[in-house]
Amino acid sequence: MTPKRKQRLFVILGLVSLAAIAVGLTLYALRANINLFFSPIQIAAGEAPIERQIRAGGMVKEGSVSRNPDSLDVEFVITDFVEELDVHYSGILPDLFREGQGVVVVGKLSESGHFRADQVLAKHDENYMPSEVAEALEAAGYSPSDYADKYTGMKVEGAD
Amino acid sequence: MWAFIHKLGSPKWFYDISERLQPWFWAAAAMLILVGSVWGLAFAPADYQQGNSFRIIYVHVPAAFLAQSIFVGMALAAVVFMVWKIKVADMAAAVMAPLGAAMTFIALFSGAVWGLPTWGTWWMWDARLTSMLILLFLYFGVIALRGAFASRDSGSRAASVLAMVGVVNIPIIKYSVDWWYTLHQPASFTITSRPSMPAEMWWPLLLMVLGFYSFFIALTLMRTRSEILRRESNKRWVRDLAREEG
Repeated sequence: MTPKRKQRLFVILGLVSLAAIAVGLTLYALRANINLFFSPIQIAAGEAPIERQIRAGGMVKEGSVSRNPDSLDVEFVITDFVEELDVHYSGILPDLFREGQGVVVVGKLSESGHFRADQVLAKHDENYMPSEVAEALEAAGYSPSDYADKYTGMKVEGAD
Repeated sequence: MWAFIHKLGSPKWFYDISERLQPWFWAAAAMLILVGSVWGLAFAPADYQQGNSFRIIYVHVPAAFLAQSIFVGMALAAVVFMVWKIKVADMAAAVMAPLGAAMTFIALFSGAVWGLPTWGTWWMWDARLTSMLILLFLYFGVIALRGAFASRDSGSRAASVLAMVGVVNIPIIKYSVDWWYTLHQPASFTITSRPSMPAEMWWPLLLMVLGFYSFFIALTLMRTRSEILRRESNKRWVRDLAREEG
């Protein structure tokens, strides 16, 4: 490589590294804002603002969903398996909403620690399987998420 | 090795070799996409939670793969052009940008269509979706910069710099779902690990991904060839070629 080319290559490498450092520091500074939602642990620790529009995320606790038969009101508990958060919602739930499923709720946290949701979004995991397989797993006493958990430990992330 | 690279840098040699390679990639792309889409859309089983809407994965994931790969390819071509001043690299970078932008748009659009029934919203400012939108704007920026200068060389250099700097966004897109809480789930399709779906769902997805890559290579070869003819139109070998063709 001629000295001139080498010099140009170093200029480019320097430029790209500087850009990477600048972006990296910005993202680091904004990390709290980039997270889409607060987890129940963060809310229990008082990190989330009261009576302001926020998002909270976690799993819908098994057996916690109670619907009012006369209206669209629904109450459920979201959990990260450490802390829990009571959620009230009135409206239509997404197709994937069910107990044991991840959700993101948009709304306000009250003084008493209840969450009034204006919108409920379902999160889904990266696992797909045919319904016959899911039924067979359940018949054998496993839940589809057990099947998923078995392999998430060895996962290396790729682009999607 | 070096002789091969130097030959690759010669427009005439690239024009000749790409003519021979091109049909193979077109054939592979047509076969893979045809088989993959029929298999994926008609024969693969429906998902236990999402039903048939999960089939959007067969377009969404290959498009998202290409959107990112094309940007990396463009940035590498930009480095080759800036350091070694190889003109063919700049021509390839120039023709890759619109296809990359189109793939980014397809990934965003199919994601929105998919998000509405499954998540309950078509758009959310989460880290994955936002970084992908930034990628689309970076593509627009690269295309616009190239056209914004009176001289082609200045445009090429400006577009190359933006492509090289913009590549910083690629790892952010890739790892956004691991670094932050996002609505988007982590990757389902990886080359390095056991697939998170059974074989009868995974195979058609693999075919679609390979098909999209073949399509990208075939289209890039074809468009680079016409770009070579356009930019080298005053060269002797191009004029000879034009005379032969009649």
